[in-house]
Amino acid sequence: MSEKKHLLSILVDNEPGVLSRITGLFSGRGYNIESLSVAETVEPGVSRITMVTKGSPMIIEQILKQLNKLINVIKVADLTGTKYVQREMALVKVNARSDHRAEILRITDIFRGQVVDVGMEHFTLKIEGDPDKIEAVLNLLKPFGIREIARTGCVALPRENK
Amino acid sequence: MKLKGAQILLKMLQEEGVDTIFGYPGGSVIDIYDALMEEKTIKHYLVRHEQGATHAADGYARASGKVGVCLVTSGPGATNTVTGIASAYMDSIPMVIFTGQVPTALIGNDAFQEVDIVGITRPCTKHNYLVKNVKDLARTIKEAFHIARSGRPGPVLVDLPKDVINATTEFKVPGEVKLKTYNPTYKPNIKQLQKVMELIVKAEKPVLFSGGGVSLSKAHKELTELAVKTQIPVTSTLMGLGGFPGTHPLWLGMLGMHGTFRANMAISECDLLIAVGVRFDDRVTGKVDEFAPGAKIVQIDIDPTSIQKNVAVDVPVVGDCKISLKELNTLAGKQDWTGIEKKRKPWLEEIEDWKKTTPLAYKQADVIKPQYVIETLYDLTGGDAIIATEVGQNQMWAAQYYHVKEPGHFITSGGLGAMGFGLPAAIGAQVGAPGRPVVDIAGDGSIQMNIQELATAVQYELPVKVVILNNGFLGMVRQWQELFYKRRYASTKFAHAPDFVKLAEAYGAVGLRAKKPEEVAQVLKQGLECNKPVIMDFVVEPEESVYPMVPAGVSIKKMLLV
Repeated sequence: MSEKKHLLSILVDNEPGVLSRITGLFSGRGYNIESLSVAETVEPGVSRITMVTKGSPMIIEQILKQLNKLINVIKVADLTGTKYVQREMALVKVNARSDHRAEILRITDIFRGQVVDVGMEHFTLKIEGDPDKIEAVLNLLKPFGIREIARTGCVALPRENK
Repeated sequence: MKLKGAQILLKMLQEEGVDTIFGYPGGSVIDIYDALMEEKTIKHYLVRHEQGATHAADGYARASGKVGVCLVTSGPGATNTVTGIASAYMDSIPMVIFTGQVPTALIGNDAFQEVDIVGITRPCTKHNYLVKNVKDLARTIKEAFHIARSGRPGPVLVDLPKDVINATTEFKVPGEVKLKTYNPTYKPNIKQLQKVMELIVKAEKPVLFSGGGVSLSKAHKELTELAVKTQIPVTSTLMGLGGFPGTHPLWLGMLGMHGTFRANMAISECDLLIAVGVRFDDRVTGKVDEFAPGAKIVQIDIDPTSIQKNVAVDVPVVGDCKISLKELNTLAGKQDWTGIEKKRKPWLEEIEDWKKTTPLAYKQADVIKPQYVIETLYDLTGGDAIIATEVGQNQMWAAQYYHVKEPGHFITSGGLGAMGFGLPAAIGAQVGAPGRPVVDIAGDGSIQMNIQELATAVQYELPVKVVILNNGFLGMVRQWQELFYKRRYASTKFAHAPDFVKLAEAYGAVGLRAKKPEEVAQVLKQGLECNKPVIMDFVVEPEESVYPMVPAGVSIKKMLLV
């Protein structure tokens, strides 16, 4: 069966060990985690984990059930196939010698990125958008030499009915 | 009322109806043991190894239907419980394990006898807790018991730092547990059950397939009622033995790797498979794609993760086995079953043919056959003993030749397959079912893994009986080596073994031995009549194998027969 990416939004008790229960579940059962992002929500004591995972429909069904089975998991939503907004942010440290600086700035501009740090030989750029957009920017920057990347992983929320 | 943590723990145990705990003291829990001396309503069984405590609690839980409780110290005391916890987790046995922990201020400092037991047991407990504040203690214990016994049961571990045990706080019995994130589904969806009933009515060759869930929810009467009313033959997993009477005409025997020929054939030929409280373990299914290939599959289970994990299911039903079967019986009551015997006749005759042509069998010889020992034990006890088993050939022969009648009467480490389980589990079962005959069916390999618990049995005058099928080999592995490794017996022959009769006597138990078939009945009789713990050493055929057998990963139709 074909493997597909799924975007999961998981509400959990904000307690020590909860993240370990979730990552332990994934490593113990051989499931994939492509990206993971965790932070508190407006409700005190509740955190949201946004996760990108991959698997066949039967595996995804197991992942959702196994997550729901954890005592500290409040709610699991599979956003894939629903209406949602998603964003990711990347910091990209790219080589920027004088003859390339204008070109890099133009690319950054096109994708509405920002320069957040400048050196004689490099820029650090902030790029934000859905994962495809970030991939597109990285592809364009690659020829200049990317030194380092830090990505937040995807965060997402369902859209409200208008 | 101001109480110390240790006293709160004991108060909460009483509150939860606990009168029995299995444990082993140590530095971190010395204050709990001190408080326990004053507490007359809770009986503590001092085991000889913490693994023994967990298996004993497991056996106790299965025989009594209550939650098994363990108390051990930090560090090695805690790590020694891991096998027992993992076994209970795989078999869904309700247990609460209290472990001591170093004082909160020392946690993370690699203190003496410190171990992160909450981290270690996260994947093999239903849930676990580290209590950091004495104010949370009562509520945590209440939650632990609630989680352990509700839904799909399982072990819950509570880690208790020494300063928390010693701190004082105002004690009030906490109210009912309401966890916003945990709410097991007991009541099945009635529409799904109606679909099941429609399938039952239409089916020509149906099979009921029951598992540990039926025993755990005590759904045996409901299962039998449904089977009899609809004339559907029943097979079960190892864990499900006792969920349906092993002497019933509709009983097919166990299925799977060492199941009966008729059970595996019935699964392979059926057009409807109603699975109740099972999880389609690989030892049951063999090659998954060829498991019940022509059948519509119904699966009833309280745990949604068990459904559709290994096998695609046509009608999933999430719910308690007992309630679901009861509802199905109500639905069945609205149908007209006259003529059902006639309708089922060809199917039941086909099954009878398989039974006749390929029954469970072994050849008698001049040496004792292990199967013969179990058959004789079955005859002598009238099938009324509580059977605990070790793991390996002894376990499979016990499952094949001891026809248990009731849930809680076949106590085995099914999922984990932990050698050394049987003796401590038998001890726990004897505590949980005083006055009942309890027999541990063992091999000479696995009995040596927790033989020290014989001292526990003697100390507390628990008259458990140990039947050792002594073949001088790690028999199940030897059997695989014989069949699949060209008889290269790598490390499976015991070049040295203790004299089990003398060993029993050294422990203060009774030791008996049989070397010839004609001595078997006499030794069993003498052992069973004795009101002390007894080891019966049966010197059996060294290279006897368990048949039938389905090689791992092969279709369950393709059985090796003797």
